[in-house]
Amino acid sequence: MAAKLILSMDGVVIKEYPLSKERMTIGRKAHNDIVIDNLAVSGEHAAVVTILHDSFLEDMDSTNGLEVNGVPTKKHFLQNNDLVEIGKYKLKYVNDQAGQANPADFERTMVLRAPVKPTAPGAEKGETTSGAMKAQTPPATKPAAEALEQTGTHQPIAPAAKPAVQPAAQPANAQPAAAAPPATKTAVVQILTGPNAGKELELVKNLTTLGKPGVQVAVLTRRPHGYFITHVEGASHPTVNGTPLSDQPHQLNDRDVIELAGVKMEFYFKG
Amino acid sequence: MKIEDALEIVSQTHPGMVRSHNEDSVTQELACGLVVLADGMGGYNAGEVASGIAVSVVATEICQRLQNASPTDRDEASGEELGVLVLRDNIQRANASIYHAAQSQPQYAGMGTTIVTGLFYDNRVVVGHVGDSRMYRLRGETLETITRDHSLLQEQIDGGMISIEDARLSRNKNLVTRAVGIDADVVPEIHVHDVLIGDIYLLCSDGLNDMVEDDDIQSTLYAMQGNLPLAAEQLIQTANDNGGRDNVSVILVKITGEFAVPRGWLARLLHWLKK
Repeated sequence: MAAKLILSMDGVVIKEYPLSKERMTIGRKAHNDIVIDNLAVSGEHAAVVTILHDSFLEDMDSTNGLEVNGVPTKKHFLQNNDLVEIGKYKLKYVNDQAGQANPADFERTMVLRAPVKPTAPGAEKGETTSGAMKAQTPPATKPAAEALEQTGTHQPIAPAAKPAVQPAAQPANAQPAAAAPPATKTAVVQILTGPNAGKELELVKNLTTLGKPGVQVAVLTRRPHGYFITHVEGASHPTVNGTPLSDQPHQLNDRDVIELAGVKMEFYFKG
Repeated sequence: MKIEDALEIVSQTHPGMVRSHNEDSVTQELACGLVVLADGMGGYNAGEVASGIAVSVVATEICQRLQNASPTDRDEASGEELGVLVLRDNIQRANASIYHAAQSQPQYAGMGTTIVTGLFYDNRVVVGHVGDSRMYRLRGETLETITRDHSLLQEQIDGGMISIEDARLSRNKNLVTRAVGIDADVVPEIHVHDVLIGDIYLLCSDGLNDMVEDDDIQSTLYAMQGNLPLAAEQLIQTANDNGGRDNVSVILVKITGEFAVPRGWLARLLHWLKK
């Protein structure tokens, strides 16, 4: 289903406009696709350009301008539930296509191709057979988009390729993630010994490096179910609470003490 | 230095968290300095058939061709270097194989694949690609994309219709404008880059770069450059932690030494004698 704009004023819905054309114009004059007969609206006020699943709103040099979600704007890439304001009128952009279709289907890779030379007889046969796999051709948006052929379908068949990577998450995941931090807590590493003793390092990034590349490196990674330390390189493996790390990632618990290249540090959750 | 001693290569592929089978294919041929990654599409198992054909045709043919010839030789007809020529020719050959299989077998109709491939020789890399599988380069602390996607979204970015930040929110990420095996002909994009010792090259399917921000790819590669297998595992794990909506494959190539082709007559002679 195509995306649409819902026109309303003072909370009363006036009309819904499916974005069925590549370019839809909004304005006071009668030739517009969305006509808003109000003196605060310019003759040609704005346009919505839709390219397949994406829609863009553009101000057409209107006298009174546009606001999207309360912010004056000239050009805007519309997102689901955006509220466009033109004077007292509101246009709500609704595009819940991703929610309706199976998300996996939705993300299938497809090939956009310009219509090439006349198809060979053999090719036609091939195309007929693949008819079921063809996507609805959307309104042509640009020369390259004149023909859209969906070539990707992902049928649920038993995995053909064995996962090459052992999801290291699984074993660690199995234990109830006691250390999984509530969203409000910040994880911190405080250095306990050495010249930088007392320094605190907040783990705000997904990956924090400890040590020096080429010499001794461990990384702290933030994952959905907690924080992990992994030995990367260096002669000796770091220890956690006195136990040397294996080559696998190790989940950190509150108040764990890490020792790396002779420097002790404590991992804890703040707040 | 021989190419085998100048490159460190690791590759990994994973079906992701949502899809039941893996349509990506990867291969590495250290002896001829070649890496190939392909992301297939098509019904039933046609996607993995297409990517499998692409990877094996390109790898087998190129390695065979380079057994008795140097990639720095010039082709007499076109004046092009053999390294560039074999890459282009064999992507086109893979295209023909997939196209013909798709024409003759109804269950493969419409199948196709992206491809990204790197051929390392003479302190350079020839990069060939079709579609939205990428090659990145980490040099020092800087991560750069050295391929440009053949996708609708990239065309929109180039045309100034959409900013790079907005592009992440686009729903048109899955539309490629070129693919291998869809038409009788394909035009691969080929570029040659000089390499430096310490560079890390990352080839990946869109299952990585759609799920993981470039900044996170950069920090992972930079922090883990001393341990490539771990870096590959970490990249795939991050993509899966972020939802893993697609198959995800990575190949990492680290330049650990010089691999210039000997040029003086004496050097050539010695090189020849060593063979």
